[in-house]
Amino acid sequence: MLLEVEGLCVNYGHIEAIRDISFGVEEGTVTTLIGANGAGKTTTLKTLSGLRKVRAGKVIFEGKDITHLPAHERVKMGLSQSPEGRGIFPGMTVRENLFMGAYTRRDKPEMAVDFDRVMGLFPRLEERIDQVAGTMSGGEQQMLAMGRALMARPRVVLLDEPSMGLAPKLIAQIFSIITEINEQGTTVLLVEQNAAQALKRAHTAHVLETGEIVRSGTGAELAGDDSVKAAYLGGDI
Amino acid sequence: MDLGALFGSFDNFLSFTIGGLVFGAIYALIALGYTMVYGVLQLINFAHSEVFMYGTFAVAWTFIFLHGTESASWSLGKALPILLVALVAAMVMSAAIALLIERFAYRPLIKKGAPKLIALISAIGASFALAEAMGLRDRFAGWVGLKDDLADYVAPDKARDVFSNPVTIEPHKLFELGGYGVTDVDLVIIAAALLMMVGLDQLIRRTRLGRGIRATAQDPESAALMGVNSTRVVQLTFLIGGLMAGAAATLYMMKIGSTRQNAGFILGVKAFTAAVMGGIGNLRGALLGGLVLGVMENWGAAVFGSEWRDVVAFVLLVLILLVRPSGILGESLGKARA
Repeated sequence: MLLEVEGLCVNYGHIEAIRDISFGVEEGTVTTLIGANGAGKTTTLKTLSGLRKVRAGKVIFEGKDITHLPAHERVKMGLSQSPEGRGIFPGMTVRENLFMGAYTRRDKPEMAVDFDRVMGLFPRLEERIDQVAGTMSGGEQQMLAMGRALMARPRVVLLDEPSMGLAPKLIAQIFSIITEINEQGTTVLLVEQNAAQALKRAHTAHVLETGEIVRSGTGAELAGDDSVKAAYLGGDI
Repeated sequence: MDLGALFGSFDNFLSFTIGGLVFGAIYALIALGYTMVYGVLQLINFAHSEVFMYGTFAVAWTFIFLHGTESASWSLGKALPILLVALVAAMVMSAAIALLIERFAYRPLIKKGAPKLIALISAIGASFALAEAMGLRDRFAGWVGLKDDLADYVAPDKARDVFSNPVTIEPHKLFELGGYGVTDVDLVIIAAALLMMVGLDQLIRRTRLGRGIRATAQDPESAALMGVNSTRVVQLTFLIGGLMAGAAATLYMMKIGSTRQNAGFILGVKAFTAAVMGGIGNLRGALLGGLVLGVMENWGAAVFGSEWRDVVAFVLLVLILLVRPSGILGESLGKARA
């Protein structure tokens, strides 16, 4: 396992946001967490990146306990994230945003390699390279957030709701890029409300309900599961 | 409007303008400290005035240590070697005070997620504590066995009085500009302040550290996800503000030559005004706000009499904010573009 979560509990004040969650992310796979709004998906990713304090449980990355490691140290270890709501730097250009993703790196020639890779994945960003990021459309900002996360050359990239607020055509495009990223060798942990698309792309999937994992399996298994169908897939995929 | 009639003659108008620029440059350097901290933390560091005040004392102390307590009047050239040492001392002193404020008055509160108002009160407390501690400097000196040496220039009953640099720097006229003699001191102050502002502006725009500061100002959580150490960035912000205040203190002592334990207050309020006027959180705004404030209040003093200087300064602030509520340049440090 590249990333392991053991009995993780996180509180917001007195409210338990996630309760005793355990799952693993196998190297080279796409793993997805699906669930409704407020199920604890975003909290889980924020905790994995070190933005939330852990009440109990452990996060293990490449065999090392990183439960209490500060967020900026985790990036150096190879764990990057494209956050919910994109979190781009609105006053910086696209190029500056992308190189913020490589903030912890010093290997300039290798950064250029990753920059080219991101340009290949998102040709739209190349067209907008010197535009101020805050003036771009939602879809472009989403691509920027994903490209920026890849600029860290992560072992595992955490993607928080990359399809949120996008037009259907763009959603399909984003998901096929996620598969492409994975095929290029980056492990992906994907959080989604768009369960149909996420299950189609994922090797392993977990369903989160009110802070707990209620069901796990391969993407195909869960896509065929009656209760998952009823709750998250709305019948038609 | 007939400027000649207002200012007596055009010569005086120019002299008041240049005099205003000199003070404006000093305001601008102090304003940077307010604006940088605001840009990153959205907090007004009210203790920043003391950061400046400690710098002014460091300048006077440097002259006392290197020259002695005997009064003297030197040209800028003669004072330059000691002035450079004093500049370093003031920058170190001010930076140290700024970092202390960050460490003890802010960081514990920010870590616990305290409301901004609490941090503001903490800063006001730190400001009073630092100013009063400076007033008690002879006692502290006594505790570490320095009393006899220091008594010469900090008599216990004089601690709250004006504290002068023993060396007065005599300005020399360099050239005439519209009938006004521009002095070396004026020119050095304006040039030094501009140079530091340009340097800082480039640092924020071009370097990796600057990108970290801008990222944190725009979106602290995203910045952390990029691997920016936010505690380090906050520290760095206070450090830069302190260094600039130390430079301002040196220039102020060149011009004025004396200070006191509450000297930070009025300069701090003026610099804060300059920062707000230019657009708080905006580095170039701090420069512009400082220069505009310095010039306008000097013109005001010329037209209405010097007792009206501060009235003009603050009426101007109100007027500018009525028209442009976010200041002259408006945009924040975070949104500042490269």
